[in-house]
Amino acid sequence: MQNSIFDVAGPIMVGPSSSHTAGACKIGQIARALFRGTPTEVTFYLYGSFAQVYQGHATDRALLAGVMKMMTSDSNIKEAFKIAKKNKLAYEFITVEEAPDHHPNTVRIILKNAKRKLSVVGSSIGGGKVTITQINNINIDLEAVFGRFFSLLVGHNNEEDVLNPVYGKLIDWGIPITSKQTISMKKNSLTMLNIEEGYLRLPQVLELEKLPGIQFVRSLTKLLKE
Amino acid sequence: MFQFKNCEELLKLCAEQKTDISQIAIKYEMEISGKSRAKVRDKMKQVRDTMWEAIQTGIKATDKSQYGLVGGDAKKVYDGTKNMANLLGSKVGVRAMAYALATNEQNARMGKIVAFPTAGGSGVVPGVLFSTFEHMKSSKRKMLNALFAASALGIAILEHGGTFSAAKAGCQAEVGIGTAMAAAGVTEMRGGTPEQCINAAALALKNMLGLACDPLGGLVEVPCVKRNAIYVNVALGASDLSLLGVVSVIPMDQVVEAMMNISAHMSETIRETALGGLAVTKKGLELRKKMGLPPIPEKYLNRKIGAAPACRNKCNGCG
Repeated sequence: MQNSIFDVAGPIMVGPSSSHTAGACKIGQIARALFRGTPTEVTFYLYGSFAQVYQGHATDRALLAGVMKMMTSDSNIKEAFKIAKKNKLAYEFITVEEAPDHHPNTVRIILKNAKRKLSVVGSSIGGGKVTITQINNINIDLEAVFGRFFSLLVGHNNEEDVLNPVYGKLIDWGIPITSKQTISMKKNSLTMLNIEEGYLRLPQVLELEKLPGIQFVRSLTKLLKE
Repeated sequence: MFQFKNCEELLKLCAEQKTDISQIAIKYEMEISGKSRAKVRDKMKQVRDTMWEAIQTGIKATDKSQYGLVGGDAKKVYDGTKNMANLLGSKVGVRAMAYALATNEQNARMGKIVAFPTAGGSGVVPGVLFSTFEHMKSSKRKMLNALFAASALGIAILEHGGTFSAAKAGCQAEVGIGTAMAAAGVTEMRGGTPEQCINAAALALKNMLGLACDPLGGLVEVPCVKRNAIYVNVALGASDLSLLGVVSVIPMDQVVEAMMNISAHMSETIRETALGGLAVTKKGLELRKKMGLPPIPEKYLNRKIGAAPACRNKCNGCG
């Protein structure tokens, strides 16, 4: 992909580190989007460099902020612990010494509520990029970038052309798709769409969810502007 | 149409179109993103405003970062500019240092900043540009153009095989490129020709080659924060030299090649791993212990300051 001026002049983010703070926040966002509901309990297992320096880089607060749908440029990331308490979200951080096959900056996030449980493994691979390598112990490889794009995560069945109506709607709304990546699992697939020009409003997200074959659509930001 | 793979091509475009680097940058972005000029400019305005907010918060704040290594220096330096009689530097330079400190201190205390080009090297560009902007009572449009010009240089460096990652090329690629971009941007703001802008960047980057990335405990605090402040002077100096007609013998593209060449010789201990340089000094290790970080493996600590290899010259100079 061609370098944009705003790859140099940006991203606008909350410090101190792009890989350890902003990247961590993005992994949290993706985990929350995949969870499809409001979690009441979250556990973070930190591996490698995340385990060693997470406090200095505020990786812990950024992860938690991401799970609460905050953006990488939200100055409230600092207050993530307080906000979690207010929202009655219980959290725990566990550092793991041994990290056999993972990239140095890796976290396993386990989200729970009364109905569901979800486990997501993600790594921040530097330069604003993150990858999701496991969902519920199924190995995948999903790459996301923060800063330049807003991402849409779409869960759908494996039928051919199931996404075409989604593209149609986005074209109708004048929202260009910059890139897409699909991960196929046994019965279902997961597609990440990077879009530019603002993000979808909640009614639009709900409209996409009603399309046949689409299980869920998540916008990896706050769903609505405050 | 408005694509360029290095600084030479960028200058050629400027000559063909008879325009400044910033205008090429705007057209480049319009072309690759398909957005209107107004949209591209609006996005840069957001960048500019975020920088200014960080500076304004930073020069007033006195609270420290989490481990107390940095914080409060921006205010000291900014307050110092009120009485320039006590200082040697120019008001532009000292204020630029205050602004750079403010930006990086905000980054360390988890404030909102623009990673321009990265979080670690984010202070030089806003420091130099905003201080000069105030000094020249420049227009807002010129400020925006300076940011575009600086970004265009960044693109040219990336396209020419450079990197912004200190993990790959040390601090020369973060604060170093930040300084080169600031030099180019400020030269355009002062009315320099595109050649003078690129030349200023070459003069700046040339003098930052080989800079190690050796932060204490791997945090973006020591020496990063003060390093951003000190190097604003290099950017301002390079711009002055360039406008006075001093020409870099090595052209900018080749300076970038030299940077990548040097990075290949750099030990990994001085590439953002916190295993060498300042990070393993006595004080550095002491602070690391205080932070509760795991100790550094013994093999990295035995690199004592050895005697310099015996001199082969048979002069009487050093005996």
